[in-house]
This record gives sequence, C-alpha cells and structure tokens, in this order.
Amino acid sequence: MMTNLLRKTLILTILLFPALARASLEIVITEGIDSARPIAVLPFSFNGTTRPTENLAEIVSADLMRSGKFSPLARIKMPQQPAKASDINYAAWAKEGVEAIVVGQINEIGIDRYTVSFELIDVLKGNSGPSSQMLNAGKLVTSNEHILDSRETTINGGQFRQYAHRISDIVYEKLTGERGAFLTKIAYVLVQPDNEFPYQLVVADYDGVNEQILLRSKEPLMSPSWSPDGTKLAYVTFERRQAQIFVQDIYSGRRTVVSTFPGINGAPVWSPDGESLALVLSKDGNPEIYTLHIASKALRRVTNQRAIDTEPSWSPDGTELVFSSDRGGNPQLYSVNLITGTTRRLTFEGEMNLAGSYTPDGSTMVMVNRTQGQYHIAKMDRQSRFLQVLTKTNLDESPSIAPNGSMIIYSTMHGSSQVLALVSMDGRFKARLPAINGQVKSPAWSPFL
Amino acid sequence: MKLNKVLKALLIAVPVMTLAACSSTSSTSADDGRNTGAVEPVTETVQVETAEPVISPAEQMRQKLEALRQENTIYFDFDRATVRPEFVEVLEAHGTFLRANPSVRVTIEGHSDERGTPEYNIALGERRAQAVVSYLQNLGVSAGQLSTVSYGEEKPVDRSRTETGFAKNRRAVLVY
Repeated sequence: MMTNLLRKTLILTILLFPALARASLEIVITEGIDSARPIAVLPFSFNGTTRPTENLAEIVSADLMRSGKFSPLARIKMPQQPAKASDINYAAWAKEGVEAIVVGQINEIGIDRYTVSFELIDVLKGNSGPSSQMLNAGKLVTSNEHILDSRETTINGGQFRQYAHRISDIVYEKLTGERGAFLTKIAYVLVQPDNEFPYQLVVADYDGVNEQILLRSKEPLMSPSWSPDGTKLAYVTFERRQAQIFVQDIYSGRRTVVSTFPGINGAPVWSPDGESLALVLSKDGNPEIYTLHIASKALRRVTNQRAIDTEPSWSPDGTELVFSSDRGGNPQLYSVNLITGTTRRLTFEGEMNLAGSYTPDGSTMVMVNRTQGQYHIAKMDRQSRFLQVLTKTNLDESPSIAPNGSMIIYSTMHGSSQVLALVSMDGRFKARLPAINGQVKSPAWSPFL
Repeated sequence: MKLNKVLKALLIAVPVMTLAACSSTSSTSADDGRNTGAVEPVTETVQVETAEPVISPAEQMRQKLEALRQENTIYFDFDRATVRPEFVEVLEAHGTFLRANPSVRVTIEGHSDERGTPEYNIALGERRAQAVVSYLQNLGVSAGQLSTVSYGEEKPVDRSRTETGFAKNRRAVLVY
C-alpha cells in the first residue's frame, strides 16, 4: 500500500538524510536583550588531540541569549577563564555584574569519545561572606551551595551540539525554575517558487540548525502539527490537486492519508493525548471543526454554523477547542467545550482575532490580532481578558508556542521575504530567523523531545 | 428573469464566438501574402474567391475554450466572496459554454491575498470558489460539471505584498 502510493506520487520525493543544508536560518536579535540577566559561559577547556568541531560554550551562550532571559558576557570582557569552580575569582566576576557562570572541561578518552563535565556557579553565593577566601584556598568542600549544578557525561563527536542544548536546558531550569526548551525542533514549510519542487516540509533544531527536508512537492504544503510524542507530523498537502491531510513519521518517512473528503481538509492539530486530530472539513458545505479519532477513524462534528469555523486548537487538558469563526461578522476566537458542547466567544477587541492557541499552562491565549489593518501577534489573559499586542512586525501569522511557554515562533515579513521570528511571551525580547533563499511559512514548535 | 439572463448570456457569447472565428481565419490566411507578391498583372478574365474553412464542432469547441481561458479569473474584495457586477459577463460566457457542452468539466480554484492566517484564507478561498459555482449553477450549469479547490494564500500570482498585489491574488480561476 505504502510503496504503491509512493510510486504513484512521482511528484514527491522523501528525503531523510541528516544535515542537508546547514544553518540557512541565522538568528538576528532585534530587541530586548538589555533587560536580560547577565551570565557568563566560559570556553570549555580541552584535553586531547582531536578537537570537537562544535564549540560547546558558544552554543550554550547563544541558546541562553535567545531565550531573551540572559545576556551572556562577551569573551573579551571575561576577567579570567578558569575551567573549574575552585579556580574562580568571584570578586572579579561580581565586579562585572555577572550573576552565574558556566565552566566546563572536555576530555578526549578514546577514538571519537569525549567526557564532558560542567558546573553552574552562583557568583553571588560564591562571593558572599568570608567563605570566598576559603574557597580560593580550595577548602570549602562541605559547603557547595554556590555550585547550582554539576554533571559529567560521555558522548561521541557527533553529539556535541545536542549536549550543548542539554547544558542550556539545565542552566535555564536552575536559574529560572522553568523547564528549558533548547532540545526541541521546529517544523515549517519552505517555499521556493523557482524550484522544481517549490514546496518543502522541513524540520530543524529550534535554532534553525540541522535542517532536514521531509517532503518536497510541486503543490502547496500547509499546517504542520507535531504529535505529542514528537515522532510524527500531520500536515495538509495538495499533491492530488485537492486538500488532503497526511500523517508522516519523521524518522521512518512512512506517510498515511488520514483525511481526504471533498472540499477543505485542513488545519490538523493533535489532541494532547495523541489519539485524535482536530481538523476542518467542508464536506457538508462550509468549513466546520471536527475531531477524528485516528485509530478508529471515528469522525465527530464539533461546530455547526453557516459561518467559517477554522483553526482549532486544544486546551491543555483536551476538554476544549478554541477556534476562529466569522459567525459574528468578523473573524473572532471562540471556544467549545467538547463534553457539554457549550460555545463561548473569547475575543472582542480588534477588527479580527485569528489562530488562537492556549499556552501550556492554559492561562493565556496567543493569537493573531488585526487592529487598524495591522496583523500582529497578541496574547490575552484568560481571566482578566486583557489583550496585549506583542509584535510590531508586518503581516504576522501562524504563531506557535514553545513547549515551556516562554516564546512564540511565528511567520512575518522582512523586506519582501516571508521569514520566521521569535517573540518572548512578555513581548520584550524579539529575534528574526532570516531565510537565505525562499519564503518560510507555518512554523510549528515541537513538544519536549 | 432566468430567460433574460440566458438571452443576455447569448448576446455576449455570440460576439465572443465570432471573434474567435475571425482571429483563427486570419491567422491561417497565408495566401494573402502571395497575392501581393504579384507575379503577373491581374487579368480581368478570372476572379478568385475563397471558401470559408469548414470548422468541425470539435475545433469550434476548442476555439471557444481557448477564448474562455483568456478570461477565466474573477477578482474579489477584501474578506468578501461576492461576485462583482463587472464579472457577470465573464461568468455568463462560461455558463453558456458549459451548458452547451455538458461533457466539459471545470475546476474553480479559490484564492486569497496573504493577509490574515493561512487557515482562514483557505476557508475564504473556498467561499469564493463556491460563489462562482452558485453563479454558474444559477445560469443552468449542472453541478456535475463543477468542482472546487481552495488554495487560500498558498498560490499568489503577485508576491509583492502591495495593495495591487493583494487585489490580484484575491481571485477565483476557472480551470478547464
């Protein structure tokens, strides 16, 4: 069945080679780094002969900076470059205003085998009271309060980048109390109008590195959505000159059609338990929200309105769907309770509100807001209904929230190109991921992997 | 009312067809050139006349289709799916042709500009395609000849993101 399908759809090729094109997304921070907490990630010392190709400290530094919460000290401003906590001159670092330091070592222990160790140190605790003198003397063995974390692991040469993101996750969680999202991925659609296959479904690390093309098509691809276990993507394809929803395993490349009704088959979104998809079908005349139980193929119609109902998104507990509808005239956000069937209108501010989704804690709704003709990413507190516009970019769409709720990735215009951009949930930090070649659309942030 | 529309459609369709016929005869009239090349002075004893080329029904249909393909796009206002009055003639020409040729099928592609979200725009594109379908059905075209697909904002013809670009992208296209 599968091979048959593949052979028939000659316009498609599936590629699963790792690291095809390298870092075509390079992040440019556009706003908000000044409000971040000063830290330092020191160069890791290296003992051995074959240096790893990746620079751990640079990757960790970039991760923490991109979170919008930290401002890593430039290397030239570092008063010293020790590799162990016991060698740190706390006073010198405190003078630089640095709050925390990451130090580490890499030891080559065999062919393509490395031991990586690191320590995360609280500068204020290390510098406070008379114990700092004793620390300099290397004595304070029993009081390690200033060492917030310390770990050692063995990896091979190809795992440095991944392990760097792991270090970033640990540092971020220790310093913010919130889980880090640096070991995550993004899926997006790349459009290159002059390419033989103009539409490509791409998966990359959250920072744009390690791009892998999962699918190339001559017809549009839309709406990638991650399964909660991070192994599959649901998406819309027009390869048969009609909209169809496919699910593709990102590791095996196996594709299955899940919805191919007449009319719209759109906006698939996985339920939090991974068993169902919310989707939009227009088979009965106009776009309505449905849920599809993947295993049993049981289809349930959720909305029943003559208006456009689209863009479903699940509440974190899976009991509600938020969606966009123009039943009130202009498109606004509504929610429907899947148990009681009760529908409520959620947004009243602005000419339009579209593409609503809940933050992972359910406290906030993120959306595209149109005010005075401008499309921006906004958030609304669910209790107070206070709506805050987060971005100032042009033609913003497709917001997708990081699994820790810290950032939103979305698609916007930069010059004449469609690019991806990041904004922190408080709206203070902003960054852009420019594409070198093509239009980047429909970003979807993966769950924790 | 309905008859009126049909009559109107015919009035428009007839000139369209004749125009198509004219253009095709002129493009095949290669002997005109030879005549002006004047080998010998004209003798008054003969007069040369040409016969109208016989156009087979299949050729006629091909020519009409060709003409219809020239005018196959209906443009819409922002966030609207109402057929504007200036596109009535175009749709009536298509309707007349489809009624006369019940075996011909057409797909109506609905498109939007790039403002708003891709998902909402898919819905909007479908609404536009359906507006065209309803119009053609009201002209008497059978439902079985018509199908729709909405590409939303995924296939813009103009990527400039200007008002003129947006206006060109908000469209329904009849694809035979």
